[in-house]
Amino acid sequence: MLLSSVAERVYWFARYVERVENTARMILVNNNLLLDMPRNSTLGWAPIVSITGIADKFYETHKEANERNVMRFLVMDAANQSCMLCSLAHARENLRTSRAIFPRAVWETLNDLYAYARENKSSVLTRRGRYHFMQHVIDSCHLISGKLSASMSHDQIYEFVRMGRNIERADMTSRVIDVRAENLLPKHDEELKPFDDIQWKSVLDSLAGYQMYRRYVHVRVRGTEVLRYLLQDIYFPRAIHHCFNQAEQCLRNLPMNEAPQYALVKAQRLVRNAKVENIVHANLNEFINQLQLAIIDINAELTSTYFEGKEVSPALYYSLPRELATA
Amino acid sequence: MASCRNDNGVSIAMAITWKEYSSGESFDELITPGGRARTGAGKIVQYLRGLSDEDLRERREAAELAMHVMGITFTVYSEEGGIDRVWPFDIIPRIITAREWRTTDEGLQQRVQALNMFIADLYDEQRIIKDGVFPAGILEHSVNFREQCIGIKPALGIWAHICGSDLVRDRDGTMYVLEDNLRVPSGVSYMLENRLVMKRVFPELFEDYSILPVDGYSTRLFDMLASLSPRPADYPTIVVLTPGIYNSAYFEHSYLAQQMGVELVSGSDLFVGDDDCVYMRTINGRARVDVIYRRVDDLFMDPEVFNPDSMLGVPGIMRAWRKGNVGIANAPGAGVADDKVVYAYVPEMIRYYLDQEPILQNVPTYLCMNEEHRKYVLANLDKLVVKPANESGGYGMMVGPAASKKTRKEFAELIRKDPRNYIAQPTLSLSTSPTLCDGHVEPRHIDLRPFILSGENRHVTRGGLTRVALKKGSLVVNSSQGGGSKDTWIVETGGR
Repeated sequence: MLLSSVAERVYWFARYVERVENTARMILVNNNLLLDMPRNSTLGWAPIVSITGIADKFYETHKEANERNVMRFLVMDAANQSCMLCSLAHARENLRTSRAIFPRAVWETLNDLYAYARENKSSVLTRRGRYHFMQHVIDSCHLISGKLSASMSHDQIYEFVRMGRNIERADMTSRVIDVRAENLLPKHDEELKPFDDIQWKSVLDSLAGYQMYRRYVHVRVRGTEVLRYLLQDIYFPRAIHHCFNQAEQCLRNLPMNEAPQYALVKAQRLVRNAKVENIVHANLNEFINQLQLAIIDINAELTSTYFEGKEVSPALYYSLPRELATA
Repeated sequence: MASCRNDNGVSIAMAITWKEYSSGESFDELITPGGRARTGAGKIVQYLRGLSDEDLRERREAAELAMHVMGITFTVYSEEGGIDRVWPFDIIPRIITAREWRTTDEGLQQRVQALNMFIADLYDEQRIIKDGVFPAGILEHSVNFREQCIGIKPALGIWAHICGSDLVRDRDGTMYVLEDNLRVPSGVSYMLENRLVMKRVFPELFEDYSILPVDGYSTRLFDMLASLSPRPADYPTIVVLTPGIYNSAYFEHSYLAQQMGVELVSGSDLFVGDDDCVYMRTINGRARVDVIYRRVDDLFMDPEVFNPDSMLGVPGIMRAWRKGNVGIANAPGAGVADDKVVYAYVPEMIRYYLDQEPILQNVPTYLCMNEEHRKYVLANLDKLVVKPANESGGYGMMVGPAASKKTRKEFAELIRKDPRNYIAQPTLSLSTSPTLCDGHVEPRHIDLRPFILSGENRHVTRGGLTRVALKKGSLVVNSSQGGGSKDTWIVETGGR
């Protein structure tokens, strides 16, 4: 028996932990990239603010995005509820209320991480301190995933962990593509040209994908190929197609999965059928918007099916449309 | 065993020297006024004498570590939100002989039986009032009487399924009942965990002693709850209803749910269907709930019937209960007997309903609503403890001998304004027990909260939770006010 409220907390716990890890990596990568860029480059920290999706909020209180204020905004500003400290606090709160379900060691790691982040948050304001902080956060998040995978029953509860993780990853990847690729594609400052490739590499790095890209794609880092990889690769854990596949597998192990499965299949088709060459030159923005809407839709279906505990007739329960996903 | 002196006759610094130990005029649970060990305490006193400072520190640290690892906490509010704290634990056990305990056990059963009959009577014919044993006026001003419960017949006729009665021992060694907690008594999880900690820290003592085990409680609790199921044929679905993580006893709620293998739910997890049955929301859809062990105050249980603003409750749950579609423990309304004025009548209840003499004594209680008593109380405020009738957790009370003139004046005013709401009792000295304080053993005041389960059968815990006032001279044992706890050993003394 799995309470709806517990399933919801588990799902969000996983999303928040993933969000923290993603944010840390993004900061780390941007940090490295800036060190390589010419002084007068316009790149800066503004794109990172856009990735959070709440740039409006940022500019309400800040005139411009500079290293210091963006760092605060991403790491510790409560105005940004997705900031690292807030996300950690949310993850911790979700875990705290469902502690009995998780291995004790997971709680301890998250608790340690939260304490570490609170104590050392101001170290992110220097470039040196930032590196250690972010690296520690990323490692701790991996530790949490590892402990979950190694010591928790892979039952229905675990499916909600995996689901949360994969939906959050898909979401993050789509945001990174949206903001970074948009800036990198044609019609650009001629001056930036020589740095295009390192920027594309940084896009891959933000998603921990450079090494894997080189192994599997076999061509030099090029916009179209990077996009294709991040959208359609089926093996890379942060490629959207892979994330959706994983989420779909989770759903197969859950009851009453018709509506969320349908939303997922729609999203999957969108990604799989995308003609990347066309998107790159014409309508990346529109495509990403569609993708974001599809993710929102999946989340909404999960919420109404599993988290709100509405009643579903038993008949529906037994007619699971398993073929739907593979159709 | 290590000796206290080395061969040259030079005294080695030992942690515990019983010679200097004196509990003053209070009764000490382990040591007689002459400095000897009481029956049952001999082995532990001797054992502790053999421990060096280092040994003691090690045991203490081992206990603390065990508590951390086991995650035994209670929640404290602070500006940053709820924070889990480890409840201070003293490693020296409190000892009661099995012989004395058997009488106490009987006395508690007798008491809870009478209390349950009393509550059932109040919500039914009110015979005890008609027969002139219990004044109607008290009921009229009871804040815990729930009119909405009149006429309801809960399963087995039992209202207070889980009772936590507080016992104290006065200077002459008599055990008194100080109060009966019939609403949502807490502390049993600490009783269970304390024993586990002790087994880790002093395994050798468990070999020497014959200590009655406590760990059957969760099973007994489960069986008792199961006996309330409206669908006795099926394996019952039982839930623990918690107000949530900000409640100071949240650890206990989640602990008991885990121990019994049932779901821990909050109000929003439950709903009442069109068929007036209670369901919980699961990822498989709804699932019928048979019995609710509620740790939410009854006023917050059903916004349709009680507090309409309550977010902790379940709309319609009273309807489901009234129809007999769900069991609720403790029954809403059971708190009517959890009132310090009602308390004064428990001995009368025992005589009235059971035709027996009370086995356990009440602390003599002056009811301020009674004119004669009130006069006495107002004239003797410096000697008495004054308590409000319906508070718990040690709030809102005055300990006369320790209170300032100003406080006494304030209480005199309070009593005159609302006499029904105050009672007074002589200041008991509360017994002491040796407690480790900064490496020394010093006497500290203690009480005892056993738990009594009432379902098809009655069951009293073997001992209970011993709470200790860690501040020197303090009589306040509540966790919220600087109290800690000890393990309680009921030991067989004959034959071994």
